[in-house]
Amino acid sequence: MDFNGSDTIPGPRAEDQLPHTAQSAVKIVIVGGFGVGKTTMVGSVSEIRPLTTEETMTQAGIGVDDNYGSASKTATTVAMDFGRIKITDELVLYLFGTPGQERFWFLWNGLFEGALGAVVLVDTRRLEVSFDVMGRLEERGVPFVVAVNSFPDAPRYPIADLRAALDLSEMIPIVECDVRRRASSRDVLMTLMRFLHSLAMTGSLT
Amino acid sequence: MTPPQRQRRTPGQGTPAQPAAPARKEGEGGNPERLYVVAGPDGKRADIDLVTLIVARSPDPLPSATPEQAALLRLCVAPLSVAELSAYLSLPFSVVTVLITELLTAELVQARSSIVRKALPDRSLLEAVMHGLQRL
Repeated sequence: MDFNGSDTIPGPRAEDQLPHTAQSAVKIVIVGGFGVGKTTMVGSVSEIRPLTTEETMTQAGIGVDDNYGSASKTATTVAMDFGRIKITDELVLYLFGTPGQERFWFLWNGLFEGALGAVVLVDTRRLEVSFDVMGRLEERGVPFVVAVNSFPDAPRYPIADLRAALDLSEMIPIVECDVRRRASSRDVLMTLMRFLHSLAMTGSLT
Repeated sequence: MTPPQRQRRTPGQGTPAQPAAPARKEGEGGNPERLYVVAGPDGKRADIDLVTLIVARSPDPLPSATPEQAALLRLCVAPLSVAELSAYLSLPFSVVTVLITELLTAELVQARSSIVRKALPDRSLLEAVMHGLQRL
């Protein structure tokens, strides 16, 4: 990249600039398998055009890469889409949509450690791809809610059956949503926030 | 129809698998060197999160600033997260954190720290976020 011509580097549009009073930011991570709708969800609630941050996976990560052994795959670029919602003039919320494989997570220092919580987005046509994600969040003690993105041709299960299949305790919310709709995506985030609030009230994660 | 079945896990369970780095010859494949040129040789980084807000202390970069530093300083005349800086500069997150570390050391930018989830987040913070979401 030619940074000498950096006048050409696009920054935020004037209306997308944060006020100078913005003091701090929080983040929520939306996690799920490929094609489950993470990017759509980020885009539907974000107040800015969704952006992409990239990281280069170097040799340490390559050992577990599916392409291990392929000499041309020394460095893999992994992308993560994100959006932003201004909460107040002092506080900003960021939403990150991340792939479900843990090998990507360590690339962005503190992605989950600093997050308020997570939304696990699932597709009932491929429920099992979300199993590992939930397990890893449980291991890390990251609170999460489950959002079932209602694809028209996906099988529909009663929530109780999903809860049993996903082996989730009664307290973990499971909601259906259509992530293409802003109101629906916002409701998922509200469900997560109310869940986190209830955890804060009871002071317990279990 | 019965969905597939999962088994829940508990905190601390499982071994954080540290993948063994495959043996590779020096200089094999790719071109990652360029990143080190951008980021400087020592590789030290400040404790910077994706959502740490960065603000330039002065809009005019010093003549000694590298083109990457100058571009970053111009972007953060208003507060901007590290993630956004990475996106607009088309540079990997890790490279941007090193650039910011240099600028913090030179006191050219200010970092406004992100709120990190402790054991559990503070209720008033959660309530503020809920109010903000309701306005969407």
